[in-house]
Parts: sequence; C-alpha cells; structure tokens
Amino acid sequence: MSLVTLLFYVFALLTVGSALGVLLFRNVLYAAFTLLLTFLGLAGLYVLAGADLLAVIQIVIYVGGILVLLVFGVMLTQRTSQEYPASRSHNHLLGLLVAGGLFTLFLIMIVQVNAEHLGWIASASSNAAGQQSTLAGIGLKLMTDAVLPFEVAGILLLIALIGAAYIAGKGQNR
Amino acid sequence: MLAFLIFLGLLLTYMILAVYAERKVSAFIQDRLGPMEIGWYGIGQTVADLIKLLQKEDIVPERADKWPFLAAPMIIFVAVFAGFAVMPLTPDLQGSDAAVGVFYLLAIISIDIIGLLMAGWSSNNKYSLLGAMRSIAQIISYEVPVGLAVICAAVYCQTLDLQAISFQQGIWIHEYPGYAQETNYLFGLRSLGIDVTQVGGFLTWNVVRMPLFFVVYVIFFIATLAECNRAPFDIPEAESELVGGFHTEYSGFRWAILFLAEYGMMLLLTMLGAVLFLGGWNTPLPNIGPVKLAFWTSGAPGTVYGNLTGAFWLVTKAFGGIFVQMWVRWTYPRLRVDQLMYLCWKVLTPACLILLFLSAVWRLLG
Repeated sequence: MSLVTLLFYVFALLTVGSALGVLLFRNVLYAAFTLLLTFLGLAGLYVLAGADLLAVIQIVIYVGGILVLLVFGVMLTQRTSQEYPASRSHNHLLGLLVAGGLFTLFLIMIVQVNAEHLGWIASASSNAAGQQSTLAGIGLKLMTDAVLPFEVAGILLLIALIGAAYIAGKGQNR
Repeated sequence: MLAFLIFLGLLLTYMILAVYAERKVSAFIQDRLGPMEIGWYGIGQTVADLIKLLQKEDIVPERADKWPFLAAPMIIFVAVFAGFAVMPLTPDLQGSDAAVGVFYLLAIISIDIIGLLMAGWSSNNKYSLLGAMRSIAQIISYEVPVGLAVICAAVYCQTLDLQAISFQQGIWIHEYPGYAQETNYLFGLRSLGIDVTQVGGFLTWNVVRMPLFFVVYVIFFIATLAECNRAPFDIPEAESELVGGFHTEYSGFRWAILFLAEYGMMLLLTMLGAVLFLGGWNTPLPNIGPVKLAFWTSGAPGTVYGNLTGAFWLVTKAFGGIFVQMWVRWTYPRLRVDQLMYLCWKVLTPACLILLFLSAVWRLLG
C-alpha cells in the first residue's frame, strides 16, 4: 500500500467518522466541533484528488465562514442555565426509509457500473492528475470563458451583503 | 520533515527570547529595569518561568466542558504552526512549495478561530466567553484588510507561492524556474529604464518595486496586530476588564501552549509581512559599483552560506517587526470596540481596495 493510499484511508476514516459524530452527538456544539474534522478530512481528500485550490477554498468558506457562523449562532441564542443546546430527532421511520432507499440505490449503481469502459476514469488515471496545481487553470478559465457568471456571482454576493447590512442596521437609524 | 523540525525549534527558541524581550522592552519604555535576578540582566527568567509552568498541575474547572477545554489549546497551536508549512525560511528550505501558498496560509490560520471559541465556551466562565466573542469579532473583521493587503502583493507578483515572491525581490531572481528572463526595474517601471536586477538589496524589495506598498505594509501591520490580539487591539484579553480573556481558566502546560500559539502567530504574520513586502530572505544591502555588498551578504541558493544568510535576514526582519509590535503595545492605549470596527471597515478596508486597484495598474505600467 503506497503512502497516498494510506493517506486516503486516513482522511476517509476521519471524514466518515466525524460525520457520524455530527449525527450522533446530542449536544449541538459538539456536533459543530466534529463538523470541523469532517471539513478538514474532506479538504484532505480534495488534495489527494489533485484539487488543491478547491481544498483551500473548502477550508476558507466552510471552516472560516460557515462553521464559525454556526457556532456563533448556537452560542448567542442558546445556553440558558446549564442545559446544553440539544438536537432532537423526529420522523424516525421516514428518515430511515429515505436513507435506506438512497443507500440501496447508490449501492446498486456502484455494483452495476463498469468502470473500465468509462473514458474519463481511464484518462484521469493515465494523465498526471494531482501532479500539477489547478490554480492557474481555474484562474484563467474564470477570467476568460466564465467571466460573465463570475461577475454576476460577485454582484449577487455584493447585493446580499448590502441587504444584510441594511436589515441589521435598520433599528438603529430611527 | 527538516522544515518541520527547524520551524519547531525556531518557534520554541523564539518564544523564550520574545517573552524576555517583551518584559525588557516594556520595562525600558516605562523607565524601569524588568527582570534582573536570574542570570546576567535576568536573561534566564523565561526559562525559569517555563520550568515553573511545566510543573504546575493541569487544572480543569469542575463545571467546564472537559474535552473541548482540553483540546482547544492544541487546535489553536496546530492551526498557527500549520501556517509555517509554506513559509520560505531560506532559498531552499520551505515545508511545501504548493502553488496555493499564501492562500493556504490564510485559510489554515482561520481554524484558530474555532479553537478560540472552543476555549472560551468550554471554560464556562463569563470572562472567557466575553473574551472569545470579542476576539472572534475582531479576528473575522480584520481578516478582510489582511486578505486584501496580501492580494495586493499577490497581484503585483503574479503568484501565490511565497518562495517565488521571495526570489522576485532579490539578486537571485534568475535562479528560480521560469524567471530566467525576468528583469527588475527601479520602482517597477520599465520606462525609467534603470535596471536594478543585479543591484539587488532593498531596491528590489516589493516596497520599492511598487512604492505604494509601503502604505499597504502599514495597513497589513495594523491588521496583523489585531489578528494577534496585540495591543492596542487587545480588547479580547484586556487584563483590566476581562482578567485574561478566553484563557482565563487555563493554567500550567496548556496555558503555555496558548501563549506559544499567540507568540507563534506574531512570528508567522511578521514573517509573512517580511516575505510579501520586505524582500523575504533577501539581503537589504545593494551592490554599489565594485562593492558587491548584496553578493557578499547573501550566498547563492543551494549553498550553505546562501541558506544561512537567507535564514538570518528573514529572521532579523521578522524580529524587527515583532520589536515594533512590542513598542506599539507599550505606547498606545487600548481601542474601544466601536473605534476598532470603525478603523477596520471605514478606514483600512476602503484604503486597501483603492490600493489593490493601484497595484494592478502599477503592474500594467511596469
């Protein structure tokens, strides 16, 4: 077993194990803290798949942004007296059915698919994927072929930011 | 692996020196002597303090949330230490030459916020929680000017790799793969026609290649003070209000780890500033005619002398930055929360946006 394969299993175990932790912890903050490990494991898997930029973006957005916001929200709204903020589970039967159904669907797909005949799998394993950084390629694409969607997304986020600032500041101006 | 051990050793040695320096600098600024008892001029004081700290009992408050409380210092330290992975200490020594370089550095140190939250929340102490809240609001806000200042440098250098940025700012630029044909002009302007590629020294640093980078560096420096929770941005720790902020409940070894992470953050960010704006491991002395000061004071990449001088210059620049940080700490009073946010969002961020635009224009001119 090569080092890369070993690392893959370590990161996969980290991701799946901590994702289980997110589901099973009743304390919402514990779940949020284990979510950190899930994101880090996922970033590691991205690096192993040759997507270095995506891995870093994953950490910036999900750990630096979303997770902090989540923990902040829980801490500011909950925690009256000594009770920890707990998550409850509803709809056991329906949840079990949906999850089980999806699982069997994916399982059937994985078993039935013939990996050798898929062109992109063969080309991905033959060329040196993961050897070169995706940084320059993604940057050039964003500034040439995909410049319109890129700018539109930027303007959309700016509008959202201004809207959020307006709503948050509304009470103070009057 | 070598880079890992060297940086760990550097960080530990630096911490012992920095704590001593902080006490001495503050003492001299306030016209007193500081530690004088242990060794010559109290030089052994930090070592003695460290031994005392390691002997202390590892106390976990009874009502604290045990596991997050125990894990938080480790997370904070690992997040800061992981940032050193892409730092080029010498022309040949860099943990990882990943192309995403400085972007990775900014991403990985943002994990530190989660550690702070964990420490503050799990201590189950109102001072800790308040300190953590303030600390996070401050760090998240000031990540914007830091990020923009870094982007200014990245736009000008056309790369995120810190090693490439270092090579661009000195006489060894042709040694870096892909830069064999590059030329450095004075102030980065080709139209001036003054070729300084072989002159080197401070004339090829980013602050001179793009003169407005001096302003960017000042903004970066102010914002990193806030990122490190240093005075005058120390409202998260404000001893006179919050006891100790998020680390109020910590003692002994874990408190030492938190302290190590805090000083490590200072070293990391001043080093980053030195690499981005002040020439990294390049010498500040230029070649003047036959007096080849730049060649004498910085050896070629790949030689032992080149590595030693490279490490010497980068560490010297970082220590200079840390000295200014200490100087600022003992000179300016603490900001209020509203002043803090005003400075970040209404002064530093707009200024950085304008400077980012000017950096791109300067790149096109050069």
